[in-house]
Amino acid sequence: MLQVNRRPESLVDVKMHYCPGCGHGIVHRLVAEVMDELKIRERTIGVAPVGCAVFADHYFNCDMIQGPHGRGPAIATGIKRSKPQCIVFSYQGDGDLASIGMAETIHSAGRSENITIIFINNAIYGMTGGQMAPTTLVGQKATTCPLGRDPKVNGYPIRVCELLAQLDGSRYLERTSIHTAAHVIKAKKAIKKAFQCQIDGKGFSLVEVLSTCPTNMGISPLDACKFVQEKLLPQYPLGVFKDSDGGMNNVSRN
Amino acid sequence: MFQGIRISGFGGQGIISSGVLLAYAGMLDGKHVSFFPSYGAEMRGGTANCSVVISSDDVTTPVVSQPDTVIVMNEPSLAKFEPFLKPGGLMIINESLVKSRPQRKDIKVVLVACNKIADELKAPKIANMVALGAFCKQTGALSIEAVAKAMPKVFKRAKPEILELNIQALKRGAGLN
Amino acid sequence: MGEKLLMKGNDAMAEGAVRAGCRFFAGYPITPQNEVPEYMSWRLPQAGGAFIQAESEVAAINMLYGSAATGIRCMTSSSSPGISLKQEGISYAAGADLPIFFANVVRGGPGLGNIAGAQGDYFQSVRGGGHGDYRTFVMAPDSVEEMGNFPLHCYAVAEKYRIPAMILTDGVLGQMMEPLEFKFPEVDPKKLSEPDWALGECRGRKNRLVGSYDLYEGRLEVMTLNRAKRYAEIEAKEVMFEAQQCDDAQIVLVAYGISARACGAALKMARAEGLKVGLFRPITLWPFPKKQLRELADRVQGFLVVEMSLGQMVDDVRLATEFRAPVHLHARPSGVTPTGEEILKKIKDTLKAGKGECVCCK
Repeated sequence: MLQVNRRPESLVDVKMHYCPGCGHGIVHRLVAEVMDELKIRERTIGVAPVGCAVFADHYFNCDMIQGPHGRGPAIATGIKRSKPQCIVFSYQGDGDLASIGMAETIHSAGRSENITIIFINNAIYGMTGGQMAPTTLVGQKATTCPLGRDPKVNGYPIRVCELLAQLDGSRYLERTSIHTAAHVIKAKKAIKKAFQCQIDGKGFSLVEVLSTCPTNMGISPLDACKFVQEKLLPQYPLGVFKDSDGGMNNVSRN
Repeated sequence: MFQGIRISGFGGQGIISSGVLLAYAGMLDGKHVSFFPSYGAEMRGGTANCSVVISSDDVTTPVVSQPDTVIVMNEPSLAKFEPFLKPGGLMIINESLVKSRPQRKDIKVVLVACNKIADELKAPKIANMVALGAFCKQTGALSIEAVAKAMPKVFKRAKPEILELNIQALKRGAGLN
Repeated sequence: MGEKLLMKGNDAMAEGAVRAGCRFFAGYPITPQNEVPEYMSWRLPQAGGAFIQAESEVAAINMLYGSAATGIRCMTSSSSPGISLKQEGISYAAGADLPIFFANVVRGGPGLGNIAGAQGDYFQSVRGGGHGDYRTFVMAPDSVEEMGNFPLHCYAVAEKYRIPAMILTDGVLGQMMEPLEFKFPEVDPKKLSEPDWALGECRGRKNRLVGSYDLYEGRLEVMTLNRAKRYAEIEAKEVMFEAQQCDDAQIVLVAYGISARACGAALKMARAEGLKVGLFRPITLWPFPKKQLRELADRVQGFLVVEMSLGQMVDDVRLATEFRAPVHLHARPSGVTPTGEEILKKIKDTLKAGKGECVCCK
């Protein structure tokens, strides 16, 4: 019998806890498929965040560590400098990476730490129950901005890829999405490029993945995909923000 | 034998390195020693002082609260340390820069023109070595030779001719030539 | 080994850690511990290790969390305000059973305080410091020699029991210079066996997880109780202290770190005057030498605790001695090192006060 699909070896055979319509399961699978294809599972160490993906340490079939909220890039740094032969990735949500962990994010990029960050941006806090994220859109409702994000009170959403593109140290930056099958395929390519960047010893790589959180937005999974298409994409344009071996001179934006 | 020493002056006068040198020399001489610097927030021009203990017995606290000897390299240091000097203690005063004199009558005062002598040696930065020479002579706690022996260990990057000048300054301070 | 060196306490501690096998250091500048990262920045690359000046103390401790998870010996250091920032990572390391090693070169506080040596972080060190139920193995050196030789012991205990270990020292010990000897052969980290929990290459084995959480009902309690068994073992086996002239003492001084040095000066003066004084110095602050102090309590007229804080260890002395003898306090908070003379005066006051009266309250 021809097998057309199977669980990647880099995923543990357990049921994930994620909600219906959540993007984490898809991105976990993409990362795992990339690890399989690049044959790096046996030397990869992953860092699980605080947030919905806290349980990622139980889903990836490689050595895993779970640490404090936002500190993934620092933990990954400590691991990489101690075991340079290992491939190290940090998996983080928007609150984790762009709010409490912004300093660690920027400085690991500044040092061009040879690690890979998978950044899930769904514009809302998940595990704590729908609070405003640093990437929540202006006007978007959340439990800590029930009337919608008001720039006068809450300021503006942060574009992480654009911010990191300013740094000489960031070597591969791409924003992708998973709200359609075509986007999922593109997202996987980006993740593979990011890991390859690390394997080649080029330095800091990050892939931002626009994702869905129907539960906390109180909408259906399909409507959540529509939200990504209609609301998130205009604020967070997709594309490669950095694909280079060097500093600012080599920035390509497309 | 016990000598608790405070050395005090401006930052930049080599106060800290003088203290390290004394401690190192004491160690090479088989004594128990400690050195403790004041470490202010200012990098230049502030006051600097340090505590050095040279003892034939274990050193207890490295912070010398009642010194046997105070080396006063600038004006403000005199007033600062005069009250703490032990009765019968020794005050070595850099008379090139310090115009006032201690009020106390129960201490021994030795005046040394540290800067003038250093200038004569055409090495204005080694006034501190002149003072150390006087210290060796007056207390007998360390020999000039012991201090000279410690110099290359403490001033690791100094050229031989500079070390030689330092030794000259020590000797001048001790009144040996 | 064997060679007499004249070193600053901070440098000695850094060198001692490298000789003990440390190969990763992450830190952030703060006075009076700056010599430690400065030393590590050239020394570790020389030894084949890695040094990072982190963007913050928070990042530094988390780098350590990652590094320790790979099973290598690593270190961070800071001074009081920076150690407050590190508490998050220390708590996580405790929860993840990681043997991290760090040093606090304490300065005057609270807040920005000053940069003088102080002992106001005792509670923070021995009572946990970060959130949750945990303990840290705490060593308090009182000399540059101990600063240089204690890192090895911290690694040994941290790894044996899988708990964080720290050196609690202060600005005076960090900045002072003294002769020292490293009393152990240099450790080659390549010859240390890799722990069976260390993260790395999972070729040929099941993948490993390092973390501090368990949301499954009741399981976290089991984890914590298992850890408590190790804590009990540490309390039984790892206590270190030094007792000087306590056998015939009427008054026993109790002090750690640089305060104990000042007490040493007072002890000499007191004995020279024929006063029956002893000095008890806890070397491990957790585990605290409770049993030994309890034994002394029935024999002495009283204790005089000397601390460079408002009085923190004094609580542990009172608990340990079960109020069987009066426990007096001489407290110099916020960056003042007591002198031998002032302690001697306090000893005399204490002797005069007689049993039951507390001179610290007058």
